[in-house]
Amino acid sequence: MTRDKDDEVPNLAESKLTALVVDDNFINQSIHHKLLDRLGITNDVVCNGKEAVDVHCSGRNYDLILMDMDMPIMNGIQATRRLREMGIESKIAGVTTRANEVERQEFMEAGLNDFQEKPLTISKLLSILTNLNFYVQTS
Amino acid sequence: MLGLGVDRLQADINRLLTSLFHQGVLDEQFLQLQQLQDDTSPTFVYDVINIYFDESEKLLRNLRLLLVDREFSDYKKIGLHLNQLVGSSSSIGARRVRNVCVAFRSASELNNRPGCLRGLEVVEHEYHYLKNMMHELFQLEQQRLLAAGVRYPM
Repeated sequence: MTRDKDDEVPNLAESKLTALVVDDNFINQSIHHKLLDRLGITNDVVCNGKEAVDVHCSGRNYDLILMDMDMPIMNGIQATRRLREMGIESKIAGVTTRANEVERQEFMEAGLNDFQEKPLTISKLLSILTNLNFYVQTS
Repeated sequence: MLGLGVDRLQADINRLLTSLFHQGVLDEQFLQLQQLQDDTSPTFVYDVINIYFDESEKLLRNLRLLLVDREFSDYKKIGLHLNQLVGSSSSIGARRVRNVCVAFRSASELNNRPGCLRGLEVVEHEYHYLKNMMHELFQLEQQRLLAAGVRYPM
């Protein structure tokens, strides 16, 4: 899980990482799903926090969860809190287009491991993976 | 001859993209979308942009319906729709649309109905300009693929 050259997109398929994209926006779902695919990370997509909780109740588990903040039915803060209450230990990275410091703090305190501003890019996703020790960049 | 046609079309595509970046219509996030397109998803950019068009037009319709109502007072709903538009526009690199949506959102946060109506007109104008430019880009791209002998369902 190391990166050989600065301009190559690493393939993490050998690490067999799994991820869950939680976002109510179809465009972000498509982009985040494709970003993870490109890195070789198997991933599922759900539309809101309640679906994220339900998928875990059904027995599924993921190494990484990309959690949007503003979603209908159950938002990212509520879903993160609920997943932690359920004992889910997956790494959860909050992603949002806008969050003031208070909202960001509340989101982190709900149980996030990392936070990134949307739109996500390959480099931002690699930053999340590095911060959460899924990926080590070599110089 | 075919090679020259492909080269000419590629030059037209590059010229159009350069112009759109120079005008601030698109930003580097659009390049990120292009980088995600590959052999496993050869129409990724086209597909995502079309989702954006469908979603944006629904939101713009809803915004207009809300604002033309003289009894309108639900600025929170305006804000929610605009958050979606800002987010989607940022995600595809539609910088100018995103920026005018942010300005519109500021008017809604002040419960400024005339400001919101003006904001909506500006957003609609920028959105339609972007849509026309994207259609031109996709037409050129389709012609280039045909000239190169590639067939993708579109």
